[in-house]
Amino acid sequence: MTGQTSSDSRLEAVAMPLTAVIAAVTLFGLFCAWVGASPLGVFASIYKAGFGSWYSWQNSLLRAAPLMLCALATALPARAGIITVGNEGAFVVGGLAAAAAGLATASGPVWLCLLTMMLAGGIAGGAWIAFAAGLQQYRGVNAVISSLLLNYIGIALLLQFVEGPMHDPGSLNFPATYPIPETHQLGRIPGSRIHYGLVFGVIACLLTWFLLERTVWGMKVKTVGGNARAAKLVGLPLGQIVLTASFLGGACAGLAGMVEVAAIHGRASQAISAGYGYVGILVAFLARQSPLRILVVSVILGAVLASGGILQRDHELPDATITVFEGIAFLAILASEALAGRFSFLRVRLRAAEREVANAER
Amino acid sequence: MTCQLSRREYLAMLATASVAAQSPLAIGFVYNGPKNDLGYNQAHVEGKQSLKALPYVRAFDEANVPETVAVEESMRDMIHQDGARVIFATSYGFLDPFVLRVARESPDVQFFHCGGSYRDGVDPRNVGIYFGFIDEVEYMAGMTAGLMTRTGRMGFVAAKPIPQVLRNINSFMLGARSVNPSVTMRVVFTGDWVLPVREAEASSSLADQGVDVLTGHTGSPRVIVQVAERRGIFATGYQFNQSVLAPHGFLTGAEWAWEVVYHRYAELIHAGNSVATGTIPRRMAGTLKDEFCRLSPFGPAVTAEKREAIARAKQRLLDGSHVVYRGPLRDNAGKTVIPAGTTIRIEDPVLDQMNWLVEGVQGQVST
Repeated sequence: MTGQTSSDSRLEAVAMPLTAVIAAVTLFGLFCAWVGASPLGVFASIYKAGFGSWYSWQNSLLRAAPLMLCALATALPARAGIITVGNEGAFVVGGLAAAAAGLATASGPVWLCLLTMMLAGGIAGGAWIAFAAGLQQYRGVNAVISSLLLNYIGIALLLQFVEGPMHDPGSLNFPATYPIPETHQLGRIPGSRIHYGLVFGVIACLLTWFLLERTVWGMKVKTVGGNARAAKLVGLPLGQIVLTASFLGGACAGLAGMVEVAAIHGRASQAISAGYGYVGILVAFLARQSPLRILVVSVILGAVLASGGILQRDHELPDATITVFEGIAFLAILASEALAGRFSFLRVRLRAAEREVANAER
Repeated sequence: MTCQLSRREYLAMLATASVAAQSPLAIGFVYNGPKNDLGYNQAHVEGKQSLKALPYVRAFDEANVPETVAVEESMRDMIHQDGARVIFATSYGFLDPFVLRVARESPDVQFFHCGGSYRDGVDPRNVGIYFGFIDEVEYMAGMTAGLMTRTGRMGFVAAKPIPQVLRNINSFMLGARSVNPSVTMRVVFTGDWVLPVREAEASSSLADQGVDVLTGHTGSPRVIVQVAERRGIFATGYQFNQSVLAPHGFLTGAEWAWEVVYHRYAELIHAGNSVATGTIPRRMAGTLKDEFCRLSPFGPAVTAEKREAIARAKQRLLDGSHVVYRGPLRDNAGKTVIPAGTTIRIEDPVLDQMNWLVEGVQGQVST
């Protein structure tokens, strides 16, 4: 009986996002036709830009790395029952903290510098998401709203620091922190343009899968996420579990920010806020909060992100076209989630009806 | 009678056809702003579009590319996915370190940057710089404004008090004063290249102060020209032809003619030249004479007689009997900046250190 249910929900976990993606692709195709481009040509170009050659594969994987880490910042808390969309905020504060730590330890050995950067980025990002989760857990503040607003606060903090206390006077046109020496930056995987952030992303996804599926702690997280009341009755420390899961998720986004600083820009500036956090939310929902599916979905969305330019160059489409695609995909996913939620909505109504009956009997 | 081709002839034809088909010179353009800004970016887009006239060129572009590593990615994609042999990077902030870095990675590709400074012996050899001197055209636009103003007061909305902008303010004013010695001009600096709201506020406030000709130097003076038209006063444009925005009050403007520059580069490269080998000059700069820039078509308010006067001035500028910067010139604090008897050619690098506003301009360089 239970086996039946779980295989059903597994089917749903694949079928719902798949339907959403097909709907999104169809809508986007219609949009392309409407603005005068051949939909098939556009999809061929997206494929070419994402997977057409080793160069293109590297482009996709480079973008997949931060997406994997950012998606975990939504997926992990979601498994404990908290929906957060504070990925971009955790990403930028992680990057900012990593830049500060990197600059402070730049005179030391490379490994120490990178390690402090990773720790600083992870702790900052983790604290950021744990804060939003804590607000919901202990103060009843909706984490979707608070974490969304925390994104703006995170970006404002970044700007405040790069234009104020951490400002490098040499960065006139584009306010930024002092650069981290090139010797102390995160390197590239030999024979490629891909930095080690991809390794971090893959390890983080695998580790999260292991924690969730193969440890007692993971069992507890899923119990809390599945039915918080039941978990409380069993005597599980709810707050502690929610906060730990949220902290670990946020730490991944913070680590992505660290990678952006240590491997790509070499310094923190507004440029690090390139939207990976927001696309990470889309990845997490497409992957239905599963760490292994996040690995795959990140690479696909990495390819989509990598194709923004080619649509301009080969089809003379506006530069916002790929954002339109992301938006359509996000709406389709939300719609499919809403449809899936109809059942629980019914259940809530039933429960309310039962309670009314019980009250009447009393 | 049918045309008979031997197998060998047919194969040879196929081969030439395929060589011709795969040989188009692929040229990529990156812009920092939108393609339809009626200003700096659109002037470059127009130049890129004009390359369609050359059958051997395949040109493509990306707009709204930030001055971050994003522009490196765009340029790399152009090289590796579209086979670009030439890249034109049109925004100032693209050069260092982004163009320089990608240029080192791809020594076979030629990069040309608009308006940057190249360090000989340090920067990669496959990078060239192009730019134009538009002072003479601003001078003629200023003449037009000086002839048209009734109140004798003009307004200039500028982005930043940097030499390039100060040159335009001063040459415009010198042109106006050459025909109307009592004219004054108030300058407002907004602080950045694209700040439409502040540009609109500055333009309105200048109009409130009784100014009857508005002009400016920003990413695109579209807002300035629009405000002028709405307030029923005159406007002159900059960067691109903005006449569509002000069918009544548009006088003329100083605009770039990048198509001339891009055609010249395309022809040189098609003929096998390269900036890396020195067969294309490291720096390509041009003036009115070189047709790097031009005056926008006159608006309806400018009478034939006045157009005539400006055409005569243009002739004198072209044949060198008249120059924009001729002493004695005093700045607006009364200090002599160019002594009597001295003239400065507009190509003279000394002008790139300009830090003064000429007599009659109300405003300050230091903010």
